[in-house]
Amino acid sequence: MIGNIAIVLFDGFAFGMLLFVLSVGLSVTLGLMNFINLAHGAFGMIGGYVTVLAMRQFGVPFLLTLPAAFLIAALVSVFFERTLFRRLYRAGELNQVLFTIGLVFVATAVATYFFGTGQQPIVLPSWLRGSVEIAGLRLGVYRIFLIAIALVIVALVYFGLEQTRMGAQIRASVDNQRVAQGLGLDVERIFAVTFALGSGLAGLGGALAIEIVGLDPSFGFHFLVYVLIVVAVGGLGSVAGSFVGAALLGIGDVAGKYFVPEIGSFLIYLLLVGILLVRPLGLFGKR
Amino acid sequence: MSAEHTQIERRSTAVQQPLEWLKGQSRWSVFELLFWVAALIPFFFFPTYLTLFSQIAIAALFAISVDLILGYAGIVTLGHAMFFGLGAYVAGLLSAKLGWGEPITGLMISGAFAGLVGFLVSFLIVRVQHLALIMVTLGLGLLTYELANSMSWLTGGTDGLLGVKTWDILGYFRFDLWGYTAYGYSLAALLIGFLASRRIVNSSFGLALRGIRENTARMPVIGSEYRWHLQKIYTISAVIAGIAGAMLTQTTNFVTLEVLSFQRSADVVVMLILGGTGRLYGAILGALIFLLMRDQLAGINPQYWYFWIGLLLMVVVLFMPKGILGRLSDLVRRFGR
Repeated sequence: MIGNIAIVLFDGFAFGMLLFVLSVGLSVTLGLMNFINLAHGAFGMIGGYVTVLAMRQFGVPFLLTLPAAFLIAALVSVFFERTLFRRLYRAGELNQVLFTIGLVFVATAVATYFFGTGQQPIVLPSWLRGSVEIAGLRLGVYRIFLIAIALVIVALVYFGLEQTRMGAQIRASVDNQRVAQGLGLDVERIFAVTFALGSGLAGLGGALAIEIVGLDPSFGFHFLVYVLIVVAVGGLGSVAGSFVGAALLGIGDVAGKYFVPEIGSFLIYLLLVGILLVRPLGLFGKR
Repeated sequence: MSAEHTQIERRSTAVQQPLEWLKGQSRWSVFELLFWVAALIPFFFFPTYLTLFSQIAIAALFAISVDLILGYAGIVTLGHAMFFGLGAYVAGLLSAKLGWGEPITGLMISGAFAGLVGFLVSFLIVRVQHLALIMVTLGLGLLTYELANSMSWLTGGTDGLLGVKTWDILGYFRFDLWGYTAYGYSLAALLIGFLASRRIVNSSFGLALRGIRENTARMPVIGSEYRWHLQKIYTISAVIAGIAGAMLTQTTNFVTLEVLSFQRSADVVVMLILGGTGRLYGAILGALIFLLMRDQLAGINPQYWYFWIGLLLMVVVLFMPKGILGRLSDLVRRFGR
């Protein structure tokens, strides 16, 4: 029993870290511009398809496709941000929600057109397959790899936000956009860069997710709900909040499906509504 | 005398007699009468499409219920299918489990049940705003879906609820294969729901709702308790959504989990934004455009029709923030001068 709980905790944490990589970008951009980008999951999907395409068509090793997934998702997102999204920063939240939902519809249809509705499996390199035994527990190698990558990203994001000049500018813009602008910060440029980085991370998350949850054209919609829960529960613009929210959701989801499979997803949504009613700004939200 | 002058004059009388102004707003125009006459056209010219038009009338009633809270009171919701679905399941269960297939009482019971749940939920809804509001409505919608899914002994789960039998309306109109009765029935319900909503939005209560939408902070200052207003309209909206759901069950004699799905919640908001929020005809027009497009495009290419809906949605949001109907009325006003 204790072994089961440990395995569930481990798998849940690994899933949570995947959710963190997928959602941290949205949390920061939402906190920065109050722009509700429901197409965030679609950028994750782009990353996933980049990896599938690169591995299958060009025989690129899995590890090398990850930076490509990051880069291409970031480039595509910044193109959309500069041409379309920026027109909606001053629009109401409903218009933002609907515009980005429209984009997800289009992305889903385009993915169906090029790749079909089926799952897109990939073959991992042999050193990422199978499991290892640590302290009597059999842990999946890929999940360990996932946690390691996520922790590196947590460290990078945290260091980047806390220690670099760009990070300080982003934090200042999140805290008070007007004052930041008044002090001479180019908030719009900061936002474009943050948006690209955040969507790039979503792309990376999409590539990493293939092995855990699979990849099909409904990815953008399916993960949207998870990503939004992480962001809403964690609190806008809070990296620590996203981390805790993602870990909670991941462990809760896996544990719920393992121990009470009939009502597992029900409990997740109950938790979401409960947390938001007590703390409408999320666990770590400030505004 | 310029047009501007008369407008100022009209405005000054509005300030003097607010009730007169409200009455003026609710006066019937020729276009409205024409629209409802046109709604009868399918009976005579498109008898093969009556089932589709009955679906459109039901979707339009559902869209009106969402317009009341989203367009007028400014409550953005991504989970309103929960009330539609509750109504659909109550009507279905009444017939399949209790053997009561009388349609009109079925509608009333379904609407009352959805309204009761809506009233309870409204206490939660008024506590949150912005992203948290969207997430709470989304969460409640998904929660209801999962609940219905896990209670498969009652709802039939993913297989759907079988054995629904709807009796003849008033013991006289039998539901026929062509959908004559179904369309007449849905259209009648749409008209009644529309008239009720029209009365609501043109009352002082409707005006208070618009005030809440425009500025939540200012309403208490002028002595209007906004939370109770929001709870009232949310409950009313839930009743109408429940009735729309029950209509779907009664006209198709089948209930699936799809009535509670996120897709349905999202679709109805899409319909609303296509037609134009904050105007009841926008909801009807949006449902008409959406379902006609789906019918035609899905006929050509079932997998990709969402591409066109998505594209249309983006174009409408970018270039017609007031929806297609809002854009049309702007054009009419510009060229009408």
